[in-house]
Amino acid sequence: MTTTAPCTPDELMTVNAARALAGARTCFVGIGLPSTAANLARRTARPDLVLIYESGTLGSKPTRLPLSIGDGELADTADAVVSVPEMFNYWLQAGRIDVGFLGAAQIDRHANINTTVVDRGPDKPEGRLPGAGGAPEIAANCGEVLIVLRHSPRNFVRRLDFTTTVGHGSGPGDRERLGLRGKGPTAVITDLGVLRPDPATAELVLTELHPGVSAEQVRAATGWELKTADSIGTTAPPTPEELATLRALKAA
Amino acid sequence: MAAPKIRTLHDAVAELIHDGDTVAMEGFTHLIPFAAAHEVIRQGITDLTLVRMTPDVIYDQLIGAGLVRKLVFSWGGNPGVGSLHRFRDAVENGWPRPLEVDEHSHAGMANRYVAGASGLPFAVLRGYRGSEIASRTDTVSTVFCPFTGEELAAVAALNPDVTVIHAQQADREGNVQLWGLTGVQKEAALAAERVLVTVEEITDELRPRPGGVVLPSWAVTAVAEVPGGAHPSYAAGYSVRDNDFYQAWDAVSRDRDTFRTWLNEHVSVRTEEAAAR
Repeated sequence: MTTTAPCTPDELMTVNAARALAGARTCFVGIGLPSTAANLARRTARPDLVLIYESGTLGSKPTRLPLSIGDGELADTADAVVSVPEMFNYWLQAGRIDVGFLGAAQIDRHANINTTVVDRGPDKPEGRLPGAGGAPEIAANCGEVLIVLRHSPRNFVRRLDFTTTVGHGSGPGDRERLGLRGKGPTAVITDLGVLRPDPATAELVLTELHPGVSAEQVRAATGWELKTADSIGTTAPPTPEELATLRALKAA
Repeated sequence: MAAPKIRTLHDAVAELIHDGDTVAMEGFTHLIPFAAAHEVIRQGITDLTLVRMTPDVIYDQLIGAGLVRKLVFSWGGNPGVGSLHRFRDAVENGWPRPLEVDEHSHAGMANRYVAGASGLPFAVLRGYRGSEIASRTDTVSTVFCPFTGEELAAVAALNPDVTVIHAQQADREGNVQLWGLTGVQKEAALAAERVLVTVEEITDELRPRPGGVVLPSWAVTAVAEVPGGAHPSYAAGYSVRDNDFYQAWDAVSRDRDTFRTWLNEHVSVRTEEAAAR
């Protein structure tokens, strides 16, 4: 790998996910990978990023990574704390939030997400996932959506076992037809690279690779015949500052 | 004369929660009424329909104890840790009994409580469009706006028989105050037929705080003083979230026998101390 400092694929994913927030003012943050990246963004690419957690906090400034979306730290450091119905109705549904930041268990070529159940084969009961949480309405109502998850054929599937959350539906025009007001997913950031929807087809295509990763590797980790952009870029290696900040955040 | 508001946890649970009830125990990560749930387990109150946005470890315990017939929810995980193994085992394998689910999104659940608290039969929201969630429940439908013609989601009101919440304080008359992340507790309480509140402490005087939620005595059925009653969740101003417990729960709950042993050691055995509360 030709990075300035040795780092893991997960670190590449998180650093690039944080960079993707450079233009955002407000971000609705999911727990786990999105929360790590959003907190890194507030310490690097976007210091004035407003972090919004569905537990009811607007403008959280946690000094350490919260384990849950409702750790006391998130409320104690917030600009305002609101009820959950207010959060979903007044702030999210009314279209006040720029970026929704989600994880996923399964994603398909149109960036639709499954977090409900997985098919484990004939004779076996469906495997149970946590469920929708805030995701369907986050994806519907935020200005745009970023998705972060690890790349594997198990996660990047030809066909979802269940559609929990609509990304781009079955293609262009579906969001408008369904009355989903935001732009939908604009980037999927993984431990191998970045996929973005083709403007003509709304199908995810490989647009960037992380340093040292080949397009062939990404295709092998994708459950559909992944198309690639005409020219594939390479993400900038994490800077020593980004890496040090991320590691300090995770260690705290 | 009405029954006294302030009761022991044992008596409040015995009087308010019955076999077959629909029970909401709310608290969005914060102020989760664990002690009341443990009292339900000790009293063996069963065939419950449990309602909660985020089932969390509290419902993992009730489900694993075999007391739950149906779960109404929107996100069933151990926050920041992983799966709820007892919930999964019940849904996937029917252990210790089959679990029916009525599944929603957070926005849908929040609005179902709002409708319930408002005395309306349903709530309207922009939600569920294109999702398969609606295909698995009869509590999501669509309505057309009578003014614009726009198609919107409709969700059926939630009106639990009992809502149980944990709060920081009550006074001797049973007026209650909670603050910090107050989640959906106000709506869940006002949607319910009966309301049980456990509190960190009973104070001589309740001073309303900016941003605090006050439930007046006449909107509450019973109050029990249970310091630490939210553990491993927390009560802002009194305790912090026991994240180590949530992480340790993964291993405890993964295995049926380990879970049963834990439940026997930590919950089921009715101690003198618990009985006296």
